Amino acid sequence: MNHIKKECVAMLLAGGQGSRLYALTQDMAKPAVPYGGKYRIIDFPLSNCVNSGIDTVGVLTQYQPMVLNEYIGNGQPWGLDRAHGGVHVLPPYETANGKSWYSGTANAIYQNIGFIDRYSPEYVVILSGDHIYKMDYSKMVDFHKEKNADATIAVLEVPWEEAPRFGIMTADENGMITEFAEKPKEPKSNLASMGIYVFSWQKLRAYLIENENDEGATKDFGKNIIPAMLNNKEKMVAYHFDGYWKDVGTIDSLWEANMDVLDPKVPLDLLDDSWKIYSRNPVMPPHYAGPQSRIENSMIAEGCEINGMIDFSVLFAGVTVEEGAIVRDSIIMPNSVIKKGAVIEYAIVGEDCVIGEGAHIGERPELIEDKSQWGVAVIGHHVSVSDKAVAPPKAMISQDI
Amino acid sequence: MASMANVLGLIFANMHEQTLPELTKARAMASVPFGSKYRLIDFPLSGMVNSGITQVGIITKQNYYSLMNHLGMGSEWDLARKTGGLHILPPYGRENAGMYRGRLEALAGAGEFIHESNAEYVVMTDSNVIANMDLKPIVDFHEKNEADITCVYGKVVYDTERAQLQTILCVNESGEVYDVLARPAISGEMNAALNVYVMKRKFLEDIIRESECRSLYSFETDILQHKLHDFKIMGYKYEKYFEIIDSMKSYYKATMDMKNRDISREVFSLDTPIYTKVRDVAPAKYGIDCSVKSSLVADGCIIDGTVENSVLFRGVKVGKGAVVKDSIVMQGAVIEEKASFINAVADKDVTITKNRTITGSADFPVYISKGGVV
Repeated sequence: MNHIKKECVAMLLAGGQGSRLYALTQDMAKPAVPYGGKYRIIDFPLSNCVNSGIDTVGVLTQYQPMVLNEYIGNGQPWGLDRAHGGVHVLPPYETANGKSWYSGTANAIYQNIGFIDRYSPEYVVILSGDHIYKMDYSKMVDFHKEKNADATIAVLEVPWEEAPRFGIMTADENGMITEFAEKPKEPKSNLASMGIYVFSWQKLRAYLIENENDEGATKDFGKNIIPAMLNNKEKMVAYHFDGYWKDVGTIDSLWEANMDVLDPKVPLDLLDDSWKIYSRNPVMPPHYAGPQSRIENSMIAEGCEINGMIDFSVLFAGVTVEEGAIVRDSIIMPNSVIKKGAVIEYAIVGEDCVIGEGAHIGERPELIEDKSQWGVAVIGHHVSVSDKAVAPPKAMISQDI
Repeated sequence: MASMANVLGLIFANMHEQTLPELTKARAMASVPFGSKYRLIDFPLSGMVNSGITQVGIITKQNYYSLMNHLGMGSEWDLARKTGGLHILPPYGRENAGMYRGRLEALAGAGEFIHESNAEYVVMTDSNVIANMDLKPIVDFHEKNEADITCVYGKVVYDTERAQLQTILCVNESGEVYDVLARPAISGEMNAALNVYVMKRKFLEDIIRESECRSLYSFETDILQHKLHDFKIMGYKYEKYFEIIDSMKSYYKATMDMKNRDISREVFSLDTPIYTKVRDVAPAKYGIDCSVKSSLVADGCIIDGTVENSVLFRGVKVGKGAVVKDSIVMQGAVIEEKASFINAVADKDVTITKNRTITGSADFPVYISKGGVV
């Protein structure tokens, strides 16, 4: 088959387990975790690609890929069902030399050099499925071209005290990256890598092969490829981003990022028509707020049926909240049922759960004396909670209780 | 038993527009917005798809831009297919064609499409009935009775005013239609035609050809009435929920019916869902001090006021202190701060400005036309 040349191909690393999301990623990869009332995390990088004019995207999957595969499907919801290019799910595969899992982020791309080569791109954009943000990658590619760079890394200024949690770049006055440190104890800069890279493909290709041949290497972008390029004085530039960007890798950050959609001061406008976030829409009627409902400060998706009280919460499609139930400061994922009189506070309830009558999930922080005992309670996907059962703050429930 | 893969679906997009002049001024009957996020055509079209029909032609006459925009390639109905799928049939599809006068002329215009479908049966419907209709038992009924034409009807109790908008079928105990009354001045319980007809494709092609050379154009008058004794015409009684949209009043009633949980569960059944165009808007946002009760709300709404017993389409904004009661508010409309909108219907992109009060009555809801600023 003859492939039409693409200037730019995006590769989306979606194989991570997201182990710090515990029960929520037990049966789905992190990029498939629901977010913001109707999305999954992967909708953000995919929509950003489409809105940036990148129509060829490889999605590298490995951990629990079923939900993600089904969700991506033929790419139609994102306009990525293309005759030339489009979205391709790329799982690890067996070769004549044996089988091998993706052993690191760089190895995952290495194993798909063949896929990228088919489009003979000038540039490859490397993305991850861990973050909520809107970004025009085409501007970053333009910046990369303008600077005549070999690699461009998107960076965000973070508060100095948080810098030790990130991969930190040090850049000179011209924006040239001089140093990179993964989670430094004493950071020299507060420019955090956002995990978004633009590489000139032939350059990256050579480094991937070299890294692969180095048996001791861990085959990782942050640990191997970036340091190796820096060592060889390749031209690496920092691309500054100052919009909303949130890592959703932990329970707390996932909860906060969902609450951000309710906060008018947070600069993430999901209703902005000029940069739509696409998703696979459920086929459901509009939601129904019943005669007993009291809903404030919340986001409610289609197919919900509400007869209880909802405050500062995000409800995904098809959720039922019965009479007398209370949902506060919580996230309820698709198709879950909150039965009569149940109370859900500071909690994340997964997909297809049933919370029994009078059950109590989570607790308000002001009611807990020892703050170290407080945290968001989590009910994993497909869990049934029996009537009157209690899940305390910080609970991580992945089996029926 | 007929295989539904051998059935061609035909939907008339522009029938009955005179009964709903306000809403069809700038759009086809089939693309009249309904029930918070749908268009009227979503009901017959989803019914066909859920019944297993895989090739559908939409017969249009005028004002069909919004309909084409809504249907696109048909992917939301799973009709973007390599073989069969969705076809929009405009009125000028062949030489010397033009504005058709009735169903038969319209069908003649679509003759080539009908012939090439190679289907065994044809199911044709209009776009003015709200129902989630399974067509399989109707095709089976037609086949079992070896009928020439099967007409679907529903029992209704209408006054003379409403009966005069309908085709009424008289059906005997064995299901045969023995009389067809067009717009009769009668009242009471009657069998209203739901404008769903089943025929063999070859039979349909024959009557199209014959009607054409005799300059006949009305399916109802020239076939159902005048050929009543030549053909075997059967009546199939539809017993589930339906509502015929034949006036602003019935449009309003049917919309409000969708808030009824039993009706809603039947019409929007999760097993046979009603499909519609995807708009990719974020879920609805409820603000501080808002109050929403007994209402249907679509994605993209931003509600800061009071909404009661109403149906809000996608992207509707209700400002602080505003009250929307017993009303239908279509896509993109804005009810500004402290405005009241009671017993009324706002078409797309209407703005009710600050402090204004619009009040109609349940019998006669006030209608504000598309884009209007009050």
